[in-house]
Formats: sequence, structure tokens, C-alpha cells
Amino acid sequence: MSALLEVTNPEVTNPVEPFLRMERIPHIWCPGCGIGTTVNCFTRALIESKVDLDRVAIVSGIGCSGRVAGYLRLDSFHTTHGRAIPFATGLKLANPSLNVVVYSGDGDLFAIGGNHLIHAARRNLDIKVICINNLIYAMTGGQTAPTTPGEAITTTAPYGCYEPAFNLCALADSAGASYVARWTTYHVRQLTKSMSEVMRKRGFCFIEIISPCPTLYQRRNKMGDGLDTMKYYKQKSKVRHGAPTSELAITKDGEIVVGKFVDRDRPDYLELMRSRLSEQLGDRYVETENLVCS
Amino acid sequence: MQADPRGVLTGVHFIDGDHACCEGALAAGARFAAGYPITPSTEVVERFAARIPTVGGTFIQMEDELAASIAILGAVWGGAKAFTVTSGPGFSLMMEHIGFAAMTETPCVFVNVQRGGPSTGLPTLPAQADMMQARWGSHGDYEIIALSPNSPQECFDLTIKAFNLAEQYRTPVMFMMDECVGHMTEKVVIPRPEDIEIYPRRLTRKPPSEYKPYEPAEDLVPEMAHAGNGYRFHVTGLTHDERGYPAMNAATQDRLVRRLKEKIRAAEDRLTFVDEDGVEDAQVIVVSYGITSRVAERAIEMARQKGVKTGRCRLIGIWPFPEKRIRALAQRARAFVVPEINLGQIAREVERAAGGHARTISVTHAGGGVHRPEDIFEAIMEAAR
Repeated sequence: MSALLEVTNPEVTNPVEPFLRMERIPHIWCPGCGIGTTVNCFTRALIESKVDLDRVAIVSGIGCSGRVAGYLRLDSFHTTHGRAIPFATGLKLANPSLNVVVYSGDGDLFAIGGNHLIHAARRNLDIKVICINNLIYAMTGGQTAPTTPGEAITTTAPYGCYEPAFNLCALADSAGASYVARWTTYHVRQLTKSMSEVMRKRGFCFIEIISPCPTLYQRRNKMGDGLDTMKYYKQKSKVRHGAPTSELAITKDGEIVVGKFVDRDRPDYLELMRSRLSEQLGDRYVETENLVCS
Repeated sequence: MQADPRGVLTGVHFIDGDHACCEGALAAGARFAAGYPITPSTEVVERFAARIPTVGGTFIQMEDELAASIAILGAVWGGAKAFTVTSGPGFSLMMEHIGFAAMTETPCVFVNVQRGGPSTGLPTLPAQADMMQARWGSHGDYEIIALSPNSPQECFDLTIKAFNLAEQYRTPVMFMMDECVGHMTEKVVIPRPEDIEIYPRRLTRKPPSEYKPYEPAEDLVPEMAHAGNGYRFHVTGLTHDERGYPAMNAATQDRLVRRLKEKIRAAEDRLTFVDEDGVEDAQVIVVSYGITSRVAERAIEMARQKGVKTGRCRLIGIWPFPEKRIRALAQRARAFVVPEINLGQIAREVERAAGGHARTISVTHAGGGVHRPEDIFEAIMEAAR
């Protein structure tokens, strides 16, 4: 790696570098992995949305995607498996002026953490959830996830997966999310735009990113490498903004519907809490912005 | 510093231990609580839910105890003082986040109003059988602070102490009540805010460029920063270096885990909280805590009437275990009698600390009620023989 760094021209810097903890690079992700692509999009979305970076906090769970928090030069929290959303809930409620982003994987957010996701969506808590869906448990070596499509091979489904998979966008939609979109790592511009939009949107926002795991998912399912997956995403994806989320199921080699499916305005958790309490308690209600202790 | 008057309900009250615990948390400055209903602890958060909107803060009922126990940690990093409240089964679910709080040095309080276990056990009846779980429940090596009140007044006073210790040592503190103390109604005197001492959060004054989130101060405790203040710090449950960055190697693990243990172990003298009476020339010393200490009081009286010099050593701080104190007492007394509503958890600690210098007699109770004073009395008489 040091040889590679030596040939890098110190005069040329990547515009996303100020957003990264460069002292932690190289990262742990495999060649062809899509997570780095999404981080690139996210940093560009931070630039585009002009948010105050000191007021952005990023919360991750466990897994390959859970490592995102550690590479971003923001207030960042790498929490326990499945619990990024409830951690983010406490963080947001104690400090509502923070823009809280949960950045994690499909297994973390929808298997072990699935309960928290639907409840945060139900409450319309003002957090942004970015879910990297690589259809598998990658950090632990390629086991079945609740997103693994039928017939796909995993280490714990060596004869092919026979469990029905979750449709993540439908779940987020039906639980009450204010914003639901899906892109693949091929759609970097659209993804950046969605990320930029949610940074400015109030309420529970959910973005699913279909992302390759060449090491474990694509290889085991004979789908080629990272580049092959980009071609596959290009060929199989169909943009259908506003499509009913019930029609977004992912199959092993079928169409991948992408786009923005939900963008609605509902009062968020804090608005509901404040309006109810001030209505009931009148002058006795002490409304606070940040719960900063001494 | 002094307590924020908004949270202090100064006056004389007739309330139960659960309610007193809530008032203690408010007086200590807790402005965020997350909970999940579970008997016999729910009254604490019920009161908090009713009180907090008029004090300034937030209560949220989460979807389960896993969520409640990490929501409070998020709130702490967001700037609040925070706590959660539970009982047996919920406490089991919270273990991972007690470890996460210990590892990330997040000051917070976990209240456990103990009921009979294992499993669903006796939801409405008392036990003291989570004492070892409070110490060892999460995986890996860490040290913990645990307090045990024996009255509603102490539920108030010691909840404040629990928050103060959490801040001072940057550690989760276990507040180990039991169903009896939680549901017992007595007089509780809440002092004026200026008479309540509060340990402030150890926030760094360094500029972000010089700040290292896990660089220990002299007492081995690092300074904290809150999210949103420009520090751009990283917090992880992974083994981390002084910058807070993951470092997967034995040397970093050794340095971190030993420091987490040592910052509390080294403070054992300052963390020894006992209430003693007549131990100086005692033949037998009754070591007890929580509701059992009040039953033991009657047994001690009975034994003294029979001419047995009986001392009382009531443990207010359970963890770190007051080893030095017990070892010193073991040099004088013939025996320790340790009644507790479990099958001998703290008795084993007493025996270990006594190091063979005094006998330890465990007086067990499987839970669902309290001891009969006679059972403890008989153990004292046996010990004196």
C-alpha cells in the first residue's frame, strides 16, 4: 500500500477527502464492494445539501456497512448489532438540532434490528436511514440474510435459499416512512440526489442501496466481479418513480425497480410530542431544544 | 455543583421507592429516560413520563429493552443525563448495552427493581438474585459500580449518588433495588437544590484539534465531548486506541481493558459505601443489603438480647465489592452471617474477601418473600457457638 501512496501526486486531492478520516485509509472493504461508492455519494450529498457538518452525526450498527461511521470525519457512532436506530433515537431526542444519519446494512437493519426500524418509521422520527443491501451477511462470511433472494446460494443455504425475502421499501413504506427510495451503486448521481434530498427533509427517511458483494454473494452465485455487477445493475434496473412499493420485490436475476417511491409530509415525533404536551399542559410545559447537561 | 432546581421537588413526601428513585434521577439532572414496561419497576418511568414535560426533557417508551438500553446511550452522547429502568427479564436483555456503555465509557444509570427469577419467575415478588448479573452479566472483562438502597429515602439519595458516580468514573452504574423497597411507601425528604451536590459531566475544554476522546486523565478517566460541538469524534464498541479508532491487536486490548478495570478498582476506598454498627467488638457480623438489611436489623436485636455481640455491616455499595473492609472485619469477628434473597451470591464474595480469617454463613432465600428474622437469628447464634 505504501508504494501506491508514493505514486500519488500530493498536489491532487479527491474532493471527498475532507469528509474522510484519511488516517484510517485504506479501508477494510473488498475490491468491487459497493459500500465505498455509497460513501462517495454521501460525501457529495453533504456538499450539495450544504448542511452544517458539525451538526451531522452518523450512527452505524455492525457489519461491513457498519464500518462507514468510522471512516467519515463527522461525529460518528459505531454501535451494537442491530441497534443503530434506537441509539440514533436517543441521540436525536436529546439533541434535536443534530441531523442524524443511520448508515448500516440489510442484516443489521432488517434482521436483528428490524423491530427498531419499523417503530422508528411508525414514530416518524426525524432520522435518515441509509441501508446498503448486499443481499447477504458479508462480514461474517456470506450467510443468508432476510433479503437473500430465493435460490441464491449462501454458506448457510448451500442448496439455495428457500425463505421468502423482505421487500425493504414496502416495509419502510407501510410502517410510515416519510421518504422511501431505492438505487443501486450503478446509479451514483440519482443516489447522491436522493441522499441530498433526505438531508433536507424532515421525518423518517429511508434509502435502500442495492450493492454488490463480489467476494461472497456474486462469486458464490456465479455472477462475476464488481464490474460485471455494474453491467448487471445497468441492464436489470428500471427507474419507476412513484411505483407502488408492493411491486419492488427483488429476485435472484429479475428486474430491479429503482426510483423514489414515497415522499410525503407527516408531523414527526418531536412535533407530535410538543404539540400534544403543550395542548395538555399549557404554560406548565417546558419545551426544550437540546437536553444539554452541565 | 448544585442541582438544577427545576428537577428538585423539595419537601417532605410519602412515596414509594420507585417514585423516590424517579425524583432522585430528576434531582440528579436526568432529562432523558427510555423504558419498556416491566413489573415491578414501571412506576419509575410512569412518574418520569408525568413529570418530565414540566421539568424540561424527554421520556420515550421504546419497543423493547434492547432499544431502551441503547437509546439512553445515544441521549448521553447527545448531551443529556439519561437512565433506564427495568427488572429481571429486561435486565437480561440490556446486558449487551451495559457492556457497550462500559467499553465506550458512557455515563448512565441502569435501575433494576429485582423480582424472582430465573426467566419470568415471580414478576410481582421480591428477590435479590441479579447481584452477580449486575457485576458479570455482559461479556468480557470490565468493572462496574452498583448500589443497593434499603428504603424509599435511599432510593432518592442513592439515585443521585448513582448519577454522580456514573459521571465521575464515566461508567454505567447499576442501581439494584428490589420489589419490596420499590413498592414500600415511607417518608422521603427531598432537600433544597442548593443542598444537593451534583458531579458535572467531564467535558473537555481542549480544542478539537488537540482532543483525543480516549486519552485518560490522571485518574484514568478520559474527558468527554458531545455530538454537535465540532469535535467530530468516533465512538465504537470495538477495541479502540486513544483516538477512539478501532485497533485490532492484543496490545491495544490490554491497555484499554486494564484501564477500564483499573479506573474503578483503584478507587475502591472511595467507592466503599457501608453502614456499620457495633462491628468493633462483634463476635458475629451480619452483612446484608437492600430489604434484607431491614429484616436483619430485627435479628441483630434478638441476638444482642441473648448476649451475642452482633455487628451490622450493611452494604450500600455492592460493586466494586468492599474487599478491604470485609478483610479488615474478618480479622476481628468470628463469623459473618450473610442473608440475601438468592441462593448465596454476595455470601461467596464475603467468604472470598474474608480469606479464611472468619467463617461465612450464607442464609439463603429463593425469592418471593423476605427472610423470617428468626432464620437470620438462628444463623447468628450458630455462628457464635
